[in-house]
Amino acid sequence: MRQELMKGNEAIVLGALLAGCRSYFGYPITPASEIAETAAVMFPRLGGTFLQAESEVAAINMVYGAASTGQRTMTASSSPGISLKMEGISYCAGSELPCVVVNIMRGGPGLGNIGPEQSDYFQMVKGGGHGNYRMPVLAPNGAQEMCDLTMLAFELADKYRNPVALVADGFIGQMMEPVNVPNPVRTFPDKPWAVKGTGDTRDSLISSIHLDHNELEDHIRHMYAKYAEIEKNEVRFEEYRLEDADYVTVAYGIVSRVLMSAVDQARAAGIKVGMLRPITLWPFPAPRLKQLAGHVKGILVSECSTGMMVEDVKLAVECRVPVQFYGRNGGNIPSARELYDAIVKLTNTVGS
Amino acid sequence: MKDVFKKPDSFYEFFTRSAGVDKEATHYCPGCGHGNLHKLIAEAIDDLDIADRTVFVSPVGCSVFGYYYFHVGNVQSAHGRAPAVATGIKRALPHSIVISYQGDGDLAAIGANEILQAANRGESITVIFVNNAIYGMTGGQMAPTTLIDMKTTTTPYGRHAENEGYPLRISELLATLQAPVYIERCTLEDSKSIMKTRKAIRRALELQIANKGFSLIEVLSPCPTGWKLDPIDSREWITKNMLNVFPPAVYKDRADAPSRPTPPTPVYDGDEVLKIIGIKESDAAHVAKLPADFPTHKLVLAGFGGQGILLLGQLLAKSSMREGKFVSWLPSYGPEMRGGTANCHVVVSRERIGSPFVTNPTLLVAMNQPSLEKFADSVEPGGLVIYDSSFVKDVKLPAHVKAVPVPFSEIANDLGNAKVANVVAAGTIIGLTGITGADSFKSLLGSLRKELLDANLKALAAGLAEARHFGAMSNQPSVKATVS
Repeated sequence: MRQELMKGNEAIVLGALLAGCRSYFGYPITPASEIAETAAVMFPRLGGTFLQAESEVAAINMVYGAASTGQRTMTASSSPGISLKMEGISYCAGSELPCVVVNIMRGGPGLGNIGPEQSDYFQMVKGGGHGNYRMPVLAPNGAQEMCDLTMLAFELADKYRNPVALVADGFIGQMMEPVNVPNPVRTFPDKPWAVKGTGDTRDSLISSIHLDHNELEDHIRHMYAKYAEIEKNEVRFEEYRLEDADYVTVAYGIVSRVLMSAVDQARAAGIKVGMLRPITLWPFPAPRLKQLAGHVKGILVSECSTGMMVEDVKLAVECRVPVQFYGRNGGNIPSARELYDAIVKLTNTVGS
Repeated sequence: MKDVFKKPDSFYEFFTRSAGVDKEATHYCPGCGHGNLHKLIAEAIDDLDIADRTVFVSPVGCSVFGYYYFHVGNVQSAHGRAPAVATGIKRALPHSIVISYQGDGDLAAIGANEILQAANRGESITVIFVNNAIYGMTGGQMAPTTLIDMKTTTTPYGRHAENEGYPLRISELLATLQAPVYIERCTLEDSKSIMKTRKAIRRALELQIANKGFSLIEVLSPCPTGWKLDPIDSREWITKNMLNVFPPAVYKDRADAPSRPTPPTPVYDGDEVLKIIGIKESDAAHVAKLPADFPTHKLVLAGFGGQGILLLGQLLAKSSMREGKFVSWLPSYGPEMRGGTANCHVVVSRERIGSPFVTNPTLLVAMNQPSLEKFADSVEPGGLVIYDSSFVKDVKLPAHVKAVPVPFSEIANDLGNAKVANVVAAGTIIGLTGITGADSFKSLLGSLRKELLDANLKALAAGLAEARHFGAMSNQPSVKATVS
């Protein structure tokens, strides 16, 4: 057994290295800088590249360049920095370049603050960059998942030739928890499409231009066929005490940790409530929510935002069941007590 | 008869990627300089025998379709970002020859920072900078290199310095940097200057082959369509109007610079990776049979920055983890961090941990007065407050908590080092709560600063002795741990 007590941010770097990522291009921003600092220590030890770019814009384009060669590569930032990376992410998606982008979300809009928020949900899940594309978005809620899901992110990125995002917040990044260190990836997928500076890859072309309208439409259809596969194969979520639940709560990331405690308290008070925690924000666990909506009495969604994921929950349940929302903003996290009260309110307002 | 019109091998024979119907001609306008330049580059690639390892980066502009023509690895990039993309490629493929082919809008406007920084890092890439004083592809708008009084679609009354500033002289600008090895400005105004450009491109590529670093060839190039001139007049226009603003010259030549060091080869072997990262099979990791009544400990540890509070929390968490318990450690985060106090939340449980936030601690450890004042009221009824009586003098506590004063800092000072006060506290915490075994904790002390090991061992023992002292004074909490 290989177990280490580590911070979520360190676990991301560990996961990246175990997944065979050998280049990191970053730009400092609180609360994501620790990832860059850890990468700066670790990547060179493995003969990899760590480079502090001149901007987030440059960093994602360096990722674009490294990904063009088939190397597993990544960048990490926090909300305002991710806004700057969106151009590059769109290009990566259009050019079908596998790469991993980490967003340790902070308070916005604008400069906001460095407190934890989940208000980049729309940006990460619904697009953010221009054009027709999707990006798998993984949402760890502890140090172990920071490592495991980073590894998964690289796997999915290569499998579907697409950028993959990992979203967390300052608390998940700073929190130390035991991490059972996974085995390093030992075999890597072949990438004949990459530009490798070799005779047999002289015909490789990395590009997102399709001047001809029909050609671009075909390309988008091709990408969306791929996205349909992702929606079919890659939905991940966790169910907590849902077996006999009359009420479902939904949260991801740090809020799901607090909600878990609130669910325990509510259970202790005799309320049959459970939690569904999306691990992939896209593809969203809509089918499972729809199923649950068929027999539960009410759903509570909690986020550190003004209500973003709640829209996906509402879409998923198709008005079969009342959906309530409890959110905090500005760097505040709902307490277990607040969420317990929100659960009680749900049971009171939708009947039992 | 010798075929003097043979296409260079590093051009595609037919331009099948071209969207146009004609797969033999380029998409460039008659009289455009790109055609000349492409040929000079392709011939150089052939003659230097680098086609297999060449990667051509073409960002937005008329040359965005470089991949129609060059039979080498091609990467198309976003507007202005080519030097960053080229950096990523070169770092991943140190053996490759990377050519970034950029226009003046791309390089000197939107990508000005990328080119400046790539040049300053001395990236071993070759940049071909095509300066035609105008945005060609988008229909003739002003570029940073547009001449004063020159009319473009976005300077219909001419470029005026007071509104748009002056033409940007990129070669001169970049030549002020230390890292670049070769910067030359050439022109395509006539055969003689084209031959000079040919030589410059070869020199730049040769320097990259020798891995000397960054080179840039700026080329004054005609844009008959954008300038609304015929091809012949366009060449003359360069001579008449551009040369005095953009004088052709070698602006930097450090060909004698040493080659850049060869980057290391990345390690992918799994065992080697684990070894380098420093992950070992942990000998202490075993899942202990925890007593069913092992309570969930929720700790708030608080004090001055520098008292080792965060480390204390980490050590308690790590020690507990090694006993197979679930643990979480959460530092104070945000503006609090800069307030001179430090605190962390630690949860140790036999169950999976939900919220890592401790709003009502079962144990508060206050190493200074403000910490006691801030957190005392939040302690759970029946909870324990351990405080450093060396610093905390004014004690007001809710009736429902139990208080244990210990002069941790004085004890540490007596042991010869104030820094070990946190380990004295650990001893007392362990002794009074049984959160982790003293032996497990003791085994971690070796991983701390070696010169403090002796003091730390004594500190732990002293802290445990304090706990025994309080345990004897009251019935509970009982002493649950001893040092072997």
